[in-house]
Amino acid sequence: MKQEYCSCPRLQEGKLTKMVLEVVECGQRQGFYKLVMMVNTTYLKLKTNSSMSKGTLFDKVWDLHAVGTLPSGQTQLFIGLHLIHEVTSPQAFAMLRERNLKVMFPERTIATVDHIVPTTNQVRPFADTLAEEMMQALERNCRENNITFYNIGSGSQGIVHVIAPELGLTQPGMTIACGDSHTSTHGAFGAIAFGIGTSQVRDVLASQTLALSKLKVRKIEVNGDLQPGVYAKDVILHVIRTLGVKAGVGYAYEYAGSTFTQMNMEERMTVCNMSIEGGARCGYINPDNVTYEYLKNRDFSPRGRDWDKAVAWWESLCSDRDAEYDDVVVFDAAEIPPTVTWGITPGQSIAVDQLIPFPEQLSPEERPLAEEAYNYMNFTPGQPLQGTKVDVCFIGSCTNGRISDLREAAKVAKGRRVAPGVKAFVVPGSERVKKQAEAEGLDEIFIQAGFEWRQPGCSMCLAMNPDKLQGRQLSASSSNRNFKGRQGSASGRTLLMSPAMVAAAAVKGEVCDVRELLSK
Amino acid sequence: MVSEIKVVSGRGIPLVGNDIDTDRIVPARFLRCVTFDGLGKHVFADDRALCAGQHPFDQPQYQGAKILVVNRNFGCGSSREHAPQAIAKWGIQALVGESFAEIFFGNCVAIGIPCVSADASTVQHLQQLLVSDPQKLVTVNLETMQVQCGDFEAAIFMSEGAKNMFISGTWDACGQLVARAAQIRATAAKLPYLNWSSTTSASSINNER
Repeated sequence: MKQEYCSCPRLQEGKLTKMVLEVVECGQRQGFYKLVMMVNTTYLKLKTNSSMSKGTLFDKVWDLHAVGTLPSGQTQLFIGLHLIHEVTSPQAFAMLRERNLKVMFPERTIATVDHIVPTTNQVRPFADTLAEEMMQALERNCRENNITFYNIGSGSQGIVHVIAPELGLTQPGMTIACGDSHTSTHGAFGAIAFGIGTSQVRDVLASQTLALSKLKVRKIEVNGDLQPGVYAKDVILHVIRTLGVKAGVGYAYEYAGSTFTQMNMEERMTVCNMSIEGGARCGYINPDNVTYEYLKNRDFSPRGRDWDKAVAWWESLCSDRDAEYDDVVVFDAAEIPPTVTWGITPGQSIAVDQLIPFPEQLSPEERPLAEEAYNYMNFTPGQPLQGTKVDVCFIGSCTNGRISDLREAAKVAKGRRVAPGVKAFVVPGSERVKKQAEAEGLDEIFIQAGFEWRQPGCSMCLAMNPDKLQGRQLSASSSNRNFKGRQGSASGRTLLMSPAMVAAAAVKGEVCDVRELLSK
Repeated sequence: MVSEIKVVSGRGIPLVGNDIDTDRIVPARFLRCVTFDGLGKHVFADDRALCAGQHPFDQPQYQGAKILVVNRNFGCGSSREHAPQAIAKWGIQALVGESFAEIFFGNCVAIGIPCVSADASTVQHLQQLLVSDPQKLVTVNLETMQVQCGDFEAAIFMSEGAKNMFISGTWDACGQLVARAAQIRATAAKLPYLNWSSTTSASSINNER
C-alpha cells in the first residue's frame, strides 16, 4: 500500500505528502483504512473495511430518531422539524383530506412562502393567478391545521432554508425534512436534513415519520486555508467537480477538516446546501462553538438552563474521534480556485482561469454530456470562460442569499458600475436578511452600482416567479443549478459561481476573476 | 388499498442521456398548481418543443408505452414529485435505468412506480432493441429481478427495502406509519429538544402576517 501512494509524484511534495502519510499511518494503526484510489493532484479517497459507518453524528442522530423497523426492512424515522412551502405541500394536504387524516404534530411543522413570490410587487392578489391560488392554498392549509406560517410581511418570511436557521428552528441533532432538495442546507448545524417529495410530505404531516433506508457516510475532509477570493461556494463546486454529480447517491456527506471549522455558519450552509448537487441527499458538519454562538438567543433556540443542557447534548452527538466511515475523501484547500460552471450540470466546472475542457481531457463516460453542454451553452472546447459576456447577473438563493453573501458581493460592487447592457439584481434570502442589509447600507451600495434591490424569495434560481431569463441569455448566478432551462427560458444558460464572482461579472460585463478586483 | 406490484409488462420507450434532471422532466413553470392533475401533458415540455416532434415522448411508435428505459443518474436535481407524477400520468408504470437520483427514486416508490437499475450494457441494449422494434414487449419482474425483451433477458437490481415494499404492496407507507402512533410518541418523548423552552414557540404564533 505504501508503494502505491509513494509512486504518485504529487504526493512526494510538501504538505500533501505529510497529510497522506498521517492518514495512512493512522489507518495502519487502527487497521480499518485502506487506500483505494488516487487522482493526480486533487484528492485522495480512502476506504474503510467496515461495512457500515459507526460512531458518526449521522449514526447517532439516526438511532435516536428510529421509531422501529418496518416490514420492508426500512427504518421508520421520526422527523424533528418539518418545513413546508407553497409548491410541494398543497397536494400533500389534499391527500390527507382524502384519507381523513390529521396532522399528528402540528407544532413540528413550520411554513413559509418563497418559490412563487414576486420580488418586485408583492401586493395581493398576485398578478399571476396560479401563484395566488398556491398562496391561498397554503394560507388555508396552515390555518385549518394550526401550522405556524411566516407569511410575506411577517418580518420573518423568506427562503425556507434561510429562515429556519435564522429563527433558530434548525438545531444540531435534529432530523429535518422539507419538500425541497436543498434541505441538506440545515446539515450545517449538525442536523440530518434531507429533501422529500410530496407523498412523503403527506407522511410527515400524518405521522411525523418517514420510511427510509439508512445512508452510508462519506467523510469529505478539506484542510487548510482558502486563498483570498475563494469562497465556500468554490469549495463545494470543486468537491462536486472532482467527485461527480452522482457520487453521493446513497451517502450522507460529512464535511470535516480545518477549512470547514474555520467557516462561519452561513458559509457552512452554502457547502451543505449543494450536497444534493453531488448526489448526496444529506450533508452535514459537526456542531462546534461557531454553531452554538450562532444559535444563542435566536427565537426558537433553547434558553436558560435548557441552553446548557442543549449544548451538552449537541456535543455528545458529534462524530467520535474513532468513528468509522464508509469512505473518506481528502482535499487540500490551497488547491481550490475560484470555480465556475461551464456546462449543464453543477459538476461541469473549471477554475475561472482554465479553458473549457476538450472531450479528450474527460473520461469517456463524461463525453456525451460534455458534447450536449457545448451545444447547449454555445461554447467551444478549449475556449476560455474568462472574458465571456454575460447578460444577467443574479445574486440570491438558498445557496448564497444570506447577509454574508451580500456583504462579499457588495465589497466588489462598491464604487463600481454594472456594465452597460447587463441586467443585475440582488434578491435577499429573507425579510430579515433584507432588513439587516439595509441597516448596513448594502442596498445603497448595490443600487448606486446599478443593481436592482428586490424583495426576498427564490426568484431566478428556478424562475417560478416573474424573474426569468429571456431566450438564450447567459446568466452569472450565485444559485445552485445550471440545468437546461432552469432559469426560466427553455434555451437560457447559467454559469454558477460565488456571489462575489457574480458581482465581478456584473461590473465587468463578462466572466472575470474576482481576485483581480479584490486586489485593486 | 390493493397495491402489490410484482411484474410490469408493456411496450418500452427509450430516452437516451445521462443526468436528465427533474427541471427537464417537468420545467418549474408547470409547478404552479395545487394538484398533480394534467401534469402528464407537460412531461419533458421544453425538450419536446426543441425536438419538434422527434422526442420519444412525441413519436407515434412510443405512444402507449409503459416502461421507460433511461441511462445514468436519471431524475437528479429538485425533489419535485411533479416529475415522477408527470411521467406516470403520461402512462409510464416502471423505469429501467443505469442509475437513479435518490429523491426521485424515493418519490417513485411512494407513488408505486418501480425504478430498477441494470448495468450499462443491458440498458443500452434495451434502448437499441426498442429503437429497432418499438412494438417489442418489455417485462420487468421484481420477483425474479429480471428484465425481458423478446429473447433478451438480463438481471435488474433494486434495494431490498424498496423491492419488498412493491412486492408486498406496502409502497404507500402512510398507513403503516400512522398505525404506530404509540411508538412514534414514545420516540418523541425521548428526544430532549422537543421539550426545551425557547423565547418563541410554534404554538404561540398564529399565522402571523
